[in-house]
Amino acid sequence: MSQAMLANDNKKKKEIISSGPVGANATVGSRVFDACNYLIVTLVAITTIIPFIYIIGASFATEYEIATRPMFFIPQDVSFNAYRYIFSSNKILRGFGNSILITVCGTAINLFFTVTMAYALSKTRLRGRNFFLNMVIFSMFFSGGMIPGYIVIANILNLKNTYWSVLLPGAISAYNMMIVKNFFQGIPQELEESASIDGCTDLGVLWKIVLPLSLPVLATFGLFYAVGHWNAYFGAMIYMTGAKEKWPLQVLLRELIIMSNGTAGDMANMDADFVQPPEQSIKMAVIVVSTVPIMCVYPFLQKYFVKGVMVGALKG
Amino acid sequence: MSSKAAERRLVHGTGKEYWRRLRSEVKRDKWLYLLLLPGLIYFIIFKYLPMFGIVIAFENYVPFSGVLGSEWVGLKWFQYFFKFPAWVTYLTNTLILSLMNIIFYFPAPIILALLLNEMRSLRYKKLLQTLLYVPHFISIVIVVSITFVMFGPSGIVYGLTNQLLGHPINYMGSPDTFRWMIIGQTIWKETGWGTIIFLAALTNVDTQLYEAAMVDGAGRLRRLWHITLPAIRSTIVLMLILRMGSVLDTGYDHLILMANPLNRKVSQTLDVFVYQQGIQSGQFSYASAIGLMKAVVSVTLVVSSNKIAHLLGEQGLY
Repeated sequence: MSQAMLANDNKKKKEIISSGPVGANATVGSRVFDACNYLIVTLVAITTIIPFIYIIGASFATEYEIATRPMFFIPQDVSFNAYRYIFSSNKILRGFGNSILITVCGTAINLFFTVTMAYALSKTRLRGRNFFLNMVIFSMFFSGGMIPGYIVIANILNLKNTYWSVLLPGAISAYNMMIVKNFFQGIPQELEESASIDGCTDLGVLWKIVLPLSLPVLATFGLFYAVGHWNAYFGAMIYMTGAKEKWPLQVLLRELIIMSNGTAGDMANMDADFVQPPEQSIKMAVIVVSTVPIMCVYPFLQKYFVKGVMVGALKG
Repeated sequence: MSSKAAERRLVHGTGKEYWRRLRSEVKRDKWLYLLLLPGLIYFIIFKYLPMFGIVIAFENYVPFSGVLGSEWVGLKWFQYFFKFPAWVTYLTNTLILSLMNIIFYFPAPIILALLLNEMRSLRYKKLLQTLLYVPHFISIVIVVSITFVMFGPSGIVYGLTNQLLGHPINYMGSPDTFRWMIIGQTIWKETGWGTIIFLAALTNVDTQLYEAAMVDGAGRLRRLWHITLPAIRSTIVLMLILRMGSVLDTGYDHLILMANPLNRKVSQTLDVFVYQQGIQSGQFSYASAIGLMKAVVSVTLVVSSNKIAHLLGEQGLY
């Protein structure tokens, strides 16, 4: 973390110097450069954000307005019909509930598995530590692939159509675990030693000393994992084929918007109430509703994720 | 290093002492081993068991008989794959999409990072970055959904281009547009986030160089070209080499959302084919064989690209 902060400081210092002559000294060329630069980056940022604004606006519009007006951000007739439909649809509400359940339980499982393993591996005195570490690192470079993984989960463990099929397979991200391990190793040994002299076991030290010191790190990786769970669709799609009542929002969204478009060949698998493609405004409202939770945590995400990427990059 | 070797010699000195010492250490660290256990079990079941499961690529795997009880067929599935000329299509689709990705997506974050780096107003830059990072956190299902809503037959872009050109463009269901839609979605989703690694590299530029260049009368563009860009060259080279190493991986979670019977001709990459054969059609052994072949080539590519990185004096991946 300190390295990232250092990099940040450097950045600030550099930007002031590198941005060229300021104020009265600025040459014409430099000003033209600045103007073009600001224009280009601003346009890129607008392009990035405009689909969201359009979709939010259109989700409150009537079907007639969406079909007739070329491009608008604020609807003339504000209509809540789409949202009324969504919040009266059991299917979508259940999907929302499933997504929340999977995200909350999944993140708890992630943190438990990641922290326990990272703490054990952070102790250099642990016998066999190198073997276990190599085992983790090897799995980052080589994997069995999609099909053997599927067979283990579906045929050997028999997890199909259960929530476990999406909660367990990604319980630890090797990469995240290694970063947490490195963080634990950075905690001053004296703190832990004094506690163990007072009669604390390793378990007690982890719970009473290490975890309270690691709250920011846990928050960061909790967010990492939570966003991953909220956005995941592939696992639920392939493992929950026979349990539609357990589908998270993302899988529902795929059926509702992508498969109902008439281009997919999978129409036979669809539910009767979705065979008629839903109205545009309803599609947009579903997109908005499933994006809102991400937007709520986005300020934290941006703060922590950037730092996380920096730490990862610096640690190599 | 040497103390470790000495310790090992000491420990291995007599067999009896070794076991006694091992037992006392394990006893001392029993809580640590207990903490290690869940993670260890996880890695064995979900990472290493599938690795051994690769043997089904050489079997005629039937779920009922299990991995160990299924009939051994050797290289049958590998030969089967190359028997039909279709494999050329899968390989071509994979390579074309990957190369398009490298040509059109790869430079995008570099250019954007350079432009962001030149912005004077830190506050405005931060605001723009906040907007640019948003799509990275949106799920791919939502990105594809947004595309369908805007580019599909009742979408706004579809309508606008229809009016403008006088004829409709079937964005979502045509082999001509498929690759461009994929690249476009990738650029839209990941360019902003991709800048971070280059912005981090840009913090290491020696600022004295800028001052010296300014004294010499170098303009903004010249400074950008002669100082800033060379400063992040090693990062760019590294990222490019790593990207080349995964040229066979098109991913499947994005592609299978965009793939449909109308664009089948171009949407079937190796990854998509493995998904369709294995998960949709239940041809577990056949799909595993293709996956294994792809993995072997990929590992070779990653290792050799890492070698190239070392030869070029870069740090490489490991």
